[in-house]
Amino acid sequence: MINKLVLENLKHRWVRTLLSALVVGVQVMSILTLIGLSRGMLQDSANRTKGTGADIVLRPDTGHGTLSFSSGQVKESFVPYVAKLPHVRQAVGVLTQAVELITSMNGVNFDEFQKISGGLRFLSGGPPQGPDDLLVDEAYARQHRLHVGQTVKLLNHDWHLVGIVQGGMLARFIVPLTTLQDLTSNSKRVSQILVKLDNPSLADREVAEFNEKLKGNLQAISMADFLSLFNINNIPQLKAFIAVITALAVVVGFLVVFLSMYTAVVERTREIGILKALGAKPWTVVDILVREAVVLALIGCALGIVLTIIAKAAILAIAPASLPVTDAPDWWPIAAAIALGGALLGAIYPGLKAARQDAIEALSYE
Amino acid sequence: MNTAMIQVRGLRKTYHTGDVDVHALRGVDLEVQRGEFLAVMGPSGSGKSTLFHILGGLAPPTDGHVFVDGLDLRALTESERTEMRQRKIGFVFQKYNLLPTLTARDNIALAQALGKRKSWPEGFNEILDLLGIKQRLRHKPRAMSGGEQQRVAIARALVNQPAILLADEPTGNLDTENSDLVLNLLRDLNKRTGQTILMITHNPEAAAFADRMVTMRDGRILTSDS
Repeated sequence: MINKLVLENLKHRWVRTLLSALVVGVQVMSILTLIGLSRGMLQDSANRTKGTGADIVLRPDTGHGTLSFSSGQVKESFVPYVAKLPHVRQAVGVLTQAVELITSMNGVNFDEFQKISGGLRFLSGGPPQGPDDLLVDEAYARQHRLHVGQTVKLLNHDWHLVGIVQGGMLARFIVPLTTLQDLTSNSKRVSQILVKLDNPSLADREVAEFNEKLKGNLQAISMADFLSLFNINNIPQLKAFIAVITALAVVVGFLVVFLSMYTAVVERTREIGILKALGAKPWTVVDILVREAVVLALIGCALGIVLTIIAKAAILAIAPASLPVTDAPDWWPIAAAIALGGALLGAIYPGLKAARQDAIEALSYE
Repeated sequence: MNTAMIQVRGLRKTYHTGDVDVHALRGVDLEVQRGEFLAVMGPSGSGKSTLFHILGGLAPPTDGHVFVDGLDLRALTESERTEMRQRKIGFVFQKYNLLPTLTARDNIALAQALGKRKSWPEGFNEILDLLGIKQRLRHKPRAMSGGEQQRVAIARALVNQPAILLADEPTGNLDTENSDLVLNLLRDLNKRTGQTILMITHNPEAAAFADRMVTMRDGRILTSDS
């Protein structure tokens, strides 16, 4: 019967119920979309790195295992040194530079890269010939309606778009290494060195050898291990950002449910008096409000998941290249728990206020 | 053997409002027998509502002795008074006080659930027949007349088979026709089922339906007429 009372109360003020649930839903959506975007972008980056065909990645030896996107920390002179090491078929230096908000540009020696990767697949145009030539991947070109022959301004520099390539390898923009080094003041420096072995099954053994030889300068990591670093937990800034958004979501959920329950308690003062006169204990009154908050949170969670699916479809339709987003169903219960936690916190004070209400005063409330 | 359902001796109730003490009851003595229908009359401020609240376990007495169906109300904690309301008291209010979001049936069922009863008591269908609300049970209060709402409130008050039905101005919001209907119902209930009823009213015509009437003024009982 208490459940029926809870549902009827929520139905009775359906606009408030819907609005409160919607705000909780937006809170859930913001968490799930943020996770989906973070994972989507990391997965996209991982796929692009994997797509290069390298067996080992050499990065600056920073002494920690977190993922860093800092540009130009490796001396380019290491590239020919590494290329001459035993079992190394090819070594290519890659400079990474952030362009726009989260899209990056790679500078590579194109001929050397073609040897390691097995070749970029051109959908239109061809390889770069001049220092200002630019390759763009298909998704970005489609999103921005770019075509070969066009001039594209990036990093405050006019580039000549000479080819559109199939995605999944390096960054969305690929330019000659020296041009990018000059533009970003990273002369003779790269971000990482991609290594192709003559026998990929020797990767783990070679990683150990490289680390011995390059200790203090470069850290070798197998492609499998490198891909496992593309995880939210390995990017402290992203982890902190998600924590902030989650905390904000809890605060918003708390405030919305608090306001909704508080106004409900004030509005229903007389009803609370009736319940008490009928023999409802203080805990029963709290229980009713907590159940209402839980139902609000659950409706909000369901709405949030639907909104997340809609948001994903909208993001992929509007900016498939800039904002790769994936589903995060494993986060549904986490987001629901966060929303529920906020809602329960929000129901506590109004619930206690209702429980403390004097029955006689409540019954005379107009 | 004493058959008194309510025994009140030297009951005092003082409210503290800021620095002022308001003496709402100044030594009330009252006895209501099991199965009796008593009307308590008096002008506003005479203390009859305070008496109603104390007998219903909604407020504790300040001093004196109050026994309801053998329970010493002064000795009860707030939680025990709540339990007493569940099991021994049925309230009927002037403004009906039905929950607007629930149907008539659910209003009755809620009281039943709070009283920890699983089904309607024996004879409750006959009470619903007597109250004439069986056809209105699926309606919400806003779809019912005042008289119908008050009859649902009476059904709700009786569903847990209370020892006492406390009615506070039950006809105060009703027209003459519905007032007579409700008062006749209360008298019928009292005669047919032996339900003890204590009714607060300031209307002598309503009080005339009771077996006995007492009059209150300034926190005391002045007269008792059979």
